[in-house]
Amino acid sequence: MSSLYFNIGKYFLLMVNTFTKPEKRKIYWKLIIQEIDKIGLQSLGIVALLSLFMGAVVTLQTAANIDSGWIPRWTIGYTTRQTMILEFSSTIVCLILSGKVGGNIASEIGTMRITEQIDAMEIMGINSASYLILPKIVAALFIFPFMVILSMFIGISAGAFVGYTAGVTSLNDYEYGLQYSFELWQVSYSLIKTFFFSFIITSVSSYHGYYTYGGPREVGASSTRAVVYSMVLILITNYVLTQLLLL
Amino acid sequence: MIEVKNISKSFAGNAVLKNITTEFYPGKVNFIIGRSGSGKSVLTKCIVGLMEVDEGEIFFDKRNFTILDRWDRKDIRQEMGMLFQGSALFSSLTVEENILFPLQMFSTMSKSEMLDRVNVCLKRVNLEGKNKLYPSELSGGMQKRTGIARAIALNPRYLFCDEPNSGLDPQTAIVIDNLIREITYEFNSTTIVISHDMNSVLETGDHINFIYQGELSWRGNKHEILDTENDALNNFVFPSKFMQQIREKLRG
Repeated sequence: MSSLYFNIGKYFLLMVNTFTKPEKRKIYWKLIIQEIDKIGLQSLGIVALLSLFMGAVVTLQTAANIDSGWIPRWTIGYTTRQTMILEFSSTIVCLILSGKVGGNIASEIGTMRITEQIDAMEIMGINSASYLILPKIVAALFIFPFMVILSMFIGISAGAFVGYTAGVTSLNDYEYGLQYSFELWQVSYSLIKTFFFSFIITSVSSYHGYYTYGGPREVGASSTRAVVYSMVLILITNYVLTQLLLL
Repeated sequence: MIEVKNISKSFAGNAVLKNITTEFYPGKVNFIIGRSGSGKSVLTKCIVGLMEVDEGEIFFDKRNFTILDRWDRKDIRQEMGMLFQGSALFSSLTVEENILFPLQMFSTMSKSEMLDRVNVCLKRVNLEGKNKLYPSELSGGMQKRTGIARAIALNPRYLFCDEPNSGLDPQTAIVIDNLIREITYEFNSTTIVISHDMNSVLETGDHINFIYQGELSWRGNKHEILDTENDALNNFVFPSKFMQQIREKLRG
């Protein structure tokens, strides 16, 4: 238990260091742009693929479970919309990104630690925590919400395409379901969750990478820990935010 | 000058440095030597501030480094250059970008002035034209020379070299030794070299500190080391019959 408190304290101290005033803002802007490309744009493929199949499968499963004539066919569009917007596009996509982006961040920073690149920065008088971690956090906070919106769009579109081609719903019914009882707040709720998840993925992974000591084996272990802790924290935060925001 | 006064450092109750007091002089190549695990790397990490001492003080030209907080240490740190054992070059940056890095962070030079400075540093270490190569495309000796070029980019007053010859062939090791010596005299920098390489120590050791079991066991220069009565030092520097014969010849 004391180890848990120790690590929480160490994490917050690292965050304090991370959010101190940058040495040269111009250089940080350049780094943020690079990180947006590296952790955001280079993950678009996996997000699109995942969303495509999530939307398609939710549509087919909903159709397969509607066997009562009392349930209208537009329920398929409605269910796909609700599932994608409220949960899948934010939570599932961020869980996948914690594996791809989080693992990558932890191994990148961990390798820099064991090859003394972080020590080299410190000796030069550079705040290595701020230089390495801050651009990643800012980039994720900026780009992840766009990726989640894209995921919603792809998932819902894939549902329409699959539902129509499989003959389980008409496009008119699907569209009616999409518009039925729609509240913009639901999208905002999803984006608020994404904001928290982005911070968790980048900061927790950076923490595990930054405090890697040893060799390549330890870098691998840090990377695994970063993914596991990020996922667990995302699940807990998802529950807490849902309780706070939706009920 | 760097002065170390009564510094001690322990890890989990195990004393690694015990009450060490010594000085490192400007314009001289100051060596820290000792067996593996003797505490020389910990001593250097304490001096550069990568580790905090438990007791004692470190002065950089009369400025007490130990009482300064992270932000106040920045000014002194910008006067430091360090060559790491594994070079510690930023693997995602080219040779040019590695040397530009400290310049971009701390200098007020224009882009063209910075590039000129990079080329001066590269010329100084005989790596002209290698600007666009990545560290993975360089040999071990070239990586060390790039590390030196990066370390001298901001004209450091204090230069630290952690085992600069490790993993290098004897001829390349001599090139690196000569480079460190020339740069030290040229910039009048206070240079501290940690080394196991006795050839380097006997060739370039203006001032030598021998650490034995966490204590400063002996201080002197490359000439005095030949006549020392310190058994631990003799066993370390002249461990084989061959080296002992060399010592006798040098004495003669």
